[in-house]
Amino acid sequence: MLKRMLLGLILTVTFLGCGGEQNRLHVFTWANYVGDEIRTGFESEFGVRVVVDVFASNEDLLAKLKSGASGYDVIMPSDYMVAIMVKENLLSPLDLSKIPNFNNISGQFLKRDFDPENRYSIPYTWGTAGIGYDSSVVNPPPDSLSALWDKRYSGKFSMLDDQRESIGAALKLLGYSVNSTDLRALAEAKAKLIEQKPLVKQYKNEADEILGSGDVVMAHCWSGDAFRAAARRSSIKYVIPKEGATQFIDTVCIPASAPNKAAAAQFINYLLRPKINAKVTEFTKYGTCVPAAREHLPDALRNHPGIYPPEEVLNKLESLRDLGEFTRNYDRAWTEVKAK
Amino acid sequence: MLSKLTQPFRTHQWLVLLFPALFWLIVFFLIPLAAIFVYSFAERGTYGGIQWHFTLKNYGQSLDPLYLGILWRSILTGIISTGACLLIGYPFAYYLARYRPRGRNLLLLLVVVPFWTNFLIRTYAWILILRTEGVLNAILGSVFPNAPTVELLNTPIAVLIGLIYGYLPFMILPLYASLEKFDRTLIDAAKDLGANRWKAFVNVTLPLSIPGIAAGSVLVFIPTVGAFITPDLLGGGKVDYIGNVIERQFKTARDWPFGSALSFLLMGIVLAATVIYFRALQGQEET
Repeated sequence: MLKRMLLGLILTVTFLGCGGEQNRLHVFTWANYVGDEIRTGFESEFGVRVVVDVFASNEDLLAKLKSGASGYDVIMPSDYMVAIMVKENLLSPLDLSKIPNFNNISGQFLKRDFDPENRYSIPYTWGTAGIGYDSSVVNPPPDSLSALWDKRYSGKFSMLDDQRESIGAALKLLGYSVNSTDLRALAEAKAKLIEQKPLVKQYKNEADEILGSGDVVMAHCWSGDAFRAAARRSSIKYVIPKEGATQFIDTVCIPASAPNKAAAAQFINYLLRPKINAKVTEFTKYGTCVPAAREHLPDALRNHPGIYPPEEVLNKLESLRDLGEFTRNYDRAWTEVKAK
Repeated sequence: MLSKLTQPFRTHQWLVLLFPALFWLIVFFLIPLAAIFVYSFAERGTYGGIQWHFTLKNYGQSLDPLYLGILWRSILTGIISTGACLLIGYPFAYYLARYRPRGRNLLLLLVVVPFWTNFLIRTYAWILILRTEGVLNAILGSVFPNAPTVELLNTPIAVLIGLIYGYLPFMILPLYASLEKFDRTLIDAAKDLGANRWKAFVNVTLPLSIPGIAAGSVLVFIPTVGAFITPDLLGGGKVDYIGNVIERQFKTARDWPFGSALSFLLMGIVLAATVIYFRALQGQEET
């Protein structure tokens, strides 16, 4: 009896194992990025099981792939990280004939300098780093980065704990590019941040937590976090400051080591269907790169100026670029701010 | 049977016994340590990888006053946390060691119970206690209605509270282990020889518990000097400790060689401090 049970168990495991590996797609992505609806929708339509695994930062993703983690079929790095991964030979070139829905993507997100020919990456969602604020407290509503230096809000606001974003905000306020490699501009930005430090309540990336709980009334934050905070506290609003802001584009890529490249291409093509793509925005509260998806969104999201800013705001956005060895100077400046 | 036990082991028998520990130490400690050591003499690649050019630049950069200042702050934090854990832990371990045996296990269990919950979650709990509208201010507000709120979260004091809370058990357990074995008739002997209770404690109990003090101090000092999660959560990212700087080198700055050099500098200083501390305690023990 026992023997037979054991045999049955072994056979089952073997079958599950074999059948599974062939028809399995491993997606490595950010937390709260691939909704269950999308996952199960793809599973039932294509008969492929989708296994989702999450990372916390682009650097974590890079470290995992570089240390030889394989078995992922689809990964979702942000813009500057795509450039790094291409140079490190970690990505597989895309066969666009397998991804016909590529044509749905707005030209605005294509041919960016992190991947000028879109050989390796498909733009997926995008967002900005601006100011989230509680409109019942912060009055008049802020329209400039200088609000983050306003003594009236001393001890009541947070800054991103990210050297490129926070130094970037100071650079923008001073009228420089967020990718400046001018040591003098960097020194000015550093001085500005040191001047600001006594006013800052805390440096934190997960601003949705503290804005939503009322711990801070204003936050330098990523757009999606402000919208998620607004779901908890309806008076939370988000503004892209008039000086401009950083824009990030998250992409979908296939790693060079992907075992199931065919299913990966299928999955990417599926994500780019307007109707499915709209679900991404509903779930993540980030704008997607497929304009036709907008029609499938509920009104509140479709006309949201924070998710879909008007043309003149879009023109003021700037993407962070990897600065190579100059990164060291940013890190030092940030350490000096933190050491004060 | 007994004679067999007291017989000295042969070399191969020793090897069998030591194999698990040796294997563990070599694979999970020595090899990674060697890798960090080698990295610390390499150069950062343009995209954050490692370039195999021998350089001492990383160590030169580590000795910059900026990083030494942060290192000093971290060491000071370690010293204060260790001292506070000792002051809080010693009386408790002493009490525990003299408690009646039946209740003692229960009390010991209470010391260990916090470990059943993840360290990160326990640190988050302190955020709920210390924040402006948190538990502490609610209690203070109900006792002293007119007092201003206490702003502790996102300050170095909050970091200290979190560290002392987190590492106190590591002080209590070794102290308890050394005090529990303590032969109490020695106190009676001291009293017979004319010592009062305080003198008996200082001259008999304290010196005999030095191994426990030493072990507890090392267990608290080393992790608190390099801590980076507690400063991040309770310090609100406003105060940088050496652990945070090192973490950043491996993540956002992607400067592994510099991070490795800083790690080695930190290890060297902590090792030196530990040796000096042990020497001083040994001196105490012998007098």
